[in-house]
Amino acid sequence: MNAIQLMIDALSLGSQYALVALGIGLIFGVMRMINFAQGDLIMLGAYALVVPTTADLAPPLIGKLPAVALIITVITITAGAGIVTERFAFRPLRRREADGATLLISSFAVGYLLQSIVLFVHTGRPKSVSIFADLTRQLELGGVRVAMIDIVTICVTALLLTAMVVFLRRLRWGIEMRAATEDFTMARILGVRADAVIALAFAIAGALAGILSLLYVAKTGVLDFRMGVPLAIAGFVGTVIGGMGSLVGAVLGGLFLGVASSLLQALLPEVLRPGRDAFLYGLVIFVLLVRPQGLFAGRNVGERT
Amino acid sequence: MLVEVEDLEVRYGSVPAVRNVSFHVAEGEIVCFIGANGAGKSTTMLALAGVLHPTRGDIRIESRSVVGLAPEDITRLGIALVPEGRRIFGGLTVRENLIVASGIRGGITRQRSTLELIFELFPILHQRFDSRAGNLSGGEQQQLAIARALLTRPRLLIVDEPSLGLAPKFVELVYQIFAHLRSNGTTLLLVEQSMRRALSLADRVYLLKSGSMVLHGKAAELAERDDLEHIYFGGMAAP
Repeated sequence: MNAIQLMIDALSLGSQYALVALGIGLIFGVMRMINFAQGDLIMLGAYALVVPTTADLAPPLIGKLPAVALIITVITITAGAGIVTERFAFRPLRRREADGATLLISSFAVGYLLQSIVLFVHTGRPKSVSIFADLTRQLELGGVRVAMIDIVTICVTALLLTAMVVFLRRLRWGIEMRAATEDFTMARILGVRADAVIALAFAIAGALAGILSLLYVAKTGVLDFRMGVPLAIAGFVGTVIGGMGSLVGAVLGGLFLGVASSLLQALLPEVLRPGRDAFLYGLVIFVLLVRPQGLFAGRNVGERT
Repeated sequence: MLVEVEDLEVRYGSVPAVRNVSFHVAEGEIVCFIGANGAGKSTTMLALAGVLHPTRGDIRIESRSVVGLAPEDITRLGIALVPEGRRIFGGLTVRENLIVASGIRGGITRQRSTLELIFELFPILHQRFDSRAGNLSGGEQQQLAIARALLTRPRLLIVDEPSLGLAPKFVELVYQIFAHLRSNGTTLLLVEQSMRRALSLADRVYLLKSGSMVLHGKAAELAERDDLEHIYFGGMAAP
């Protein structure tokens, strides 16, 4: 594999992980909760593309809409699902001042609930779906062939990260979210509405999940009710490597994990390749031993009061 | 009456931090809470701001009970707290800290006059408007914390230990600002460890000890008492 191909491949996977990590990091910032259900929102967005059926062949539903309508509908569904999970599963626990472990278990439960609903409606057999067929073609770039979808994934991620920076630095809601991430109680004392900030974080995380589901399905064309789990784990590991409580850290941590994973896959001798994840997570352990607080640790990651 | 607190009890787990505490603050007054470390002063202020929930008693703002309200709702009723330790958002700029505080009154652009007052009172915040708040000195951070509270346009400004950890010139400045705010009609509730400072500034003083109210009265009258230091540091009030 050519170096440019390898780099684009690695950045594409890193971008996916960075987007999951950003969603998890946003919610951790305002709620001190690790939301494993983030991966299952990605799965939900993907399954929304097809008609709910137990048949092996699922005809497209939202997947047959024109591109703009398709994108908006999927984002609306996943952002809405994010808000609903917050309102009915997590907010009551937060009101009762539940600890981080309880919230974590609750997020697992929400994730498994979503998976089980999809399993019930669609069965456990993977299904195929095709969206944005144009993106699957190969591009000629500097004499090498690269997949268009990888370039699009990297560009969309860069665009979303830029939009997030503008939101967090320029808009009052974004500045309030950063303040709440740093000291939630103090933000409330200054009048910042806790419920609104947290609901907004879930909506944004849900929207990110929706966009990622589209990029993921466009690349693989496969639906599987467990497809969100490895993404959530990668996103979570990314936030930990980057440093809990730092959004920049979460993004860079996710990127690092994806890039490292791709590079190991390409560069390990063939005999060692099946053990790629052992090397990857060995590297994660090493990073955490050297910097237990993460590479870009936030200033304030204490318990919520 | 602006604020009335009746028979307040706040617990940390099963341990009561404050018991049987009653007090009131009238519009336009400066009221000081004094007492040694661990007397329950900060706990009382956090309960007043809605951060801690009382296990007994009532807190009323203009005769309306506010027990159980969220901190953000109490701020909207005109109570602003500058908590112990200032708690500025160190990763945000001075400007951003002020933007967060101006949210409930329509944002910073609609708060020109308050912002002008703030820059008049705290010129250093104008100079360091785009600096990271975490890089300010302790005194500058205290000014920012008070400025933030003022942007919520409070009817009652509560400041917990305004002079703690500050250089003497900043303490002087902060107290000048309180005098200025009083002349503008702002009601102030201050927590102080320094009895001398409390008595010189306040209209009325409450003395807390081990979570209970042991003495209260007009500052001028308390200043006359010979046994005040004795009560503050150990003994009980004479009948």
